[in-house]
Amino acid sequence: MAVGDLTAMAAAGEQSPRHRSGFRAWAGNPRALAGAGTVAALAVFCFFGPVFYHTNQVTVNLNAATHPPGAGHPLGTDGDGYDVLGRLMVGGQSSLELGFAVAAATTVIGVLYGAVAGWAGGVVDMVMMRVIDTFLALPTLVLLLLLVTIFTPTLLSVIVLLTALSWLGTARLVRGEVLALRTREYVQAAKTLGGGRWWIIRRHLVPNAFGVIVVSATFTIADAILMLSVLSFLGLGLPPPAADWGTMLANGLNYLFDGYWWMVYPPAVILVVMLVAINLAGEAARDTLDIRLRRR
Amino acid sequence: MTSYLARRAAQAIVVVIGVTILTFILIHLIPGSAARAALGVHATSGRIAIFNTAYGLDKPLYAQFADYVGQLLRGNLGVSYTTQQPVSALIAQRLPGDVLLLGVSTVLAVAIAIPMGIYQAVKRSRLSDQLLDAVSFTLYTMPDFFVAFMLIALFSVQLHILPPEAPQATGIAGLLADPRALVLPIATLTLSNLAGFSRYMRASAIDVLAEDFLRTARAKGLPERLVLVRHVLRNSVLPVVTVVGLTFPNIIAGAVIAEAVFSYQGMGLLFYQAATSHDYPVLLGSTLIVGAATVVGSLAADVAYGLLDPRIRHGRG
Repeated sequence: MAVGDLTAMAAAGEQSPRHRSGFRAWAGNPRALAGAGTVAALAVFCFFGPVFYHTNQVTVNLNAATHPPGAGHPLGTDGDGYDVLGRLMVGGQSSLELGFAVAAATTVIGVLYGAVAGWAGGVVDMVMMRVIDTFLALPTLVLLLLLVTIFTPTLLSVIVLLTALSWLGTARLVRGEVLALRTREYVQAAKTLGGGRWWIIRRHLVPNAFGVIVVSATFTIADAILMLSVLSFLGLGLPPPAADWGTMLANGLNYLFDGYWWMVYPPAVILVVMLVAINLAGEAARDTLDIRLRRR
Repeated sequence: MTSYLARRAAQAIVVVIGVTILTFILIHLIPGSAARAALGVHATSGRIAIFNTAYGLDKPLYAQFADYVGQLLRGNLGVSYTTQQPVSALIAQRLPGDVLLLGVSTVLAVAIAIPMGIYQAVKRSRLSDQLLDAVSFTLYTMPDFFVAFMLIALFSVQLHILPPEAPQATGIAGLLADPRALVLPIATLTLSNLAGFSRYMRASAIDVLAEDFLRTARAKGLPERLVLVRHVLRNSVLPVVTVVGLTFPNIIAGAVIAEAVFSYQGMGLLFYQAATSHDYPVLLGSTLIVGAATVVGSLAADVAYGLLDPRIRHGRG
């Protein structure tokens, strides 16, 4: 085989337009649009809402507690006298920040770990994978509950803990993808031409595993938000005055039997809508970006 | 097959050792030492020294690890800080309840998911498929605790037909004495597992429906019902075995939540209460048991899959 052929082959894999056309296909999917649009709308509501709708979300006011929806409080007040609508905005901020931060950190760590394990192969791969198996043998929630008893929960510490527990799945996916990709002709060609390890990982493997990575990152956002809500529900979430939807819901549920529906349904609906929207966008991404699925 | 199982079992043992090392490391991450956690912030340095000697915490790390493994091998998981009972006894007391709760809800979820998935695959993209898909998707994304509370709101608060609290007895006989109280905890876990299983079952049945042997079966005049039972069902059920094995950690996580909501006397509630009261021996002991159970569970699923699928049973290695 002539060097020219090899170069052509290496070039074919490089600058793969697949993820770009994949993005177009994703953006044309109605589920993707509905999902991403809803997430964007909720983000605007949470981050820009408080600019126009001023409420006190720091000091408890028991005189204003458990007011039903009405003038001044469109969605009523909760057991501490916080305005529910305003609290939804503030609470959403921490949920969104957490979800995106965990997804970003998880992706970086998972991609690096997975790429190294998949590329190195042999004993290194085996040891690296057994480490992942060990952590995956334990339910995330169990480890998380254990860890928040050791490290006091704050938004930052929960982000760190969730990242520490979430990168495993991404790493495993990326490793599988790299294992499959490294035997492809264009990767072999790049290797034969003297391409360095990191160069090949950066130039060929990561771009071609892009679909899998994006899909997994999307689901990580939803999982992280869900996990925070579960932690908060169990009373081990962010301590007050920090707000988040899970805590609001858990507090509201204490009043469920008293008929204070406005403390339960608003956070419940917004949480479920957010989770459904992110998962919709993720599913659409999996259908369009995941090359193996697309070919089927 | 045999060599595959041997390799798989060896992996499982490595993972169990890994979990042991992990829990050992976690013991040492406890802030301000285990002694402080057990004796409280006002403990004198003398009492802490006595505690450390009593529990071997003044020895070097490798000796402590050897002690720890030695204790584990003798079935000693330590003593609860809050109740002063052996952790192994606490867990043994709760375990039958979990076998009942997880067993019944998992079997129910699979029993509903299989026909539901096949039905959806056959009716693919029609209205009934889309409706069921929307339901399972929403259930799938909804937090388990919220599913639990919706069930309580409907069946306990509105309709007054089921109690909102699980039976407070431990042991299978005690739990079964009050079957109505078991309905909501089991229903919560069934719904939360059903969503994932049925979605998987649908995908798996769609794959099978595209196989050549189905065309052959129809071509030779086999009635559609028999095609579904003999070919689609048998072939698409297999991967579900693997999925149940793989989702084992999720099933356990669901149990922690369901048990916390309904105060069901299982390991999940034990773990949750230990987490809120910082009872580290209970937390670490349960973590170890859960980890080992997960490894055994997924190993069992792999073995079952190998035994059930003739292509693997007689296949290479």
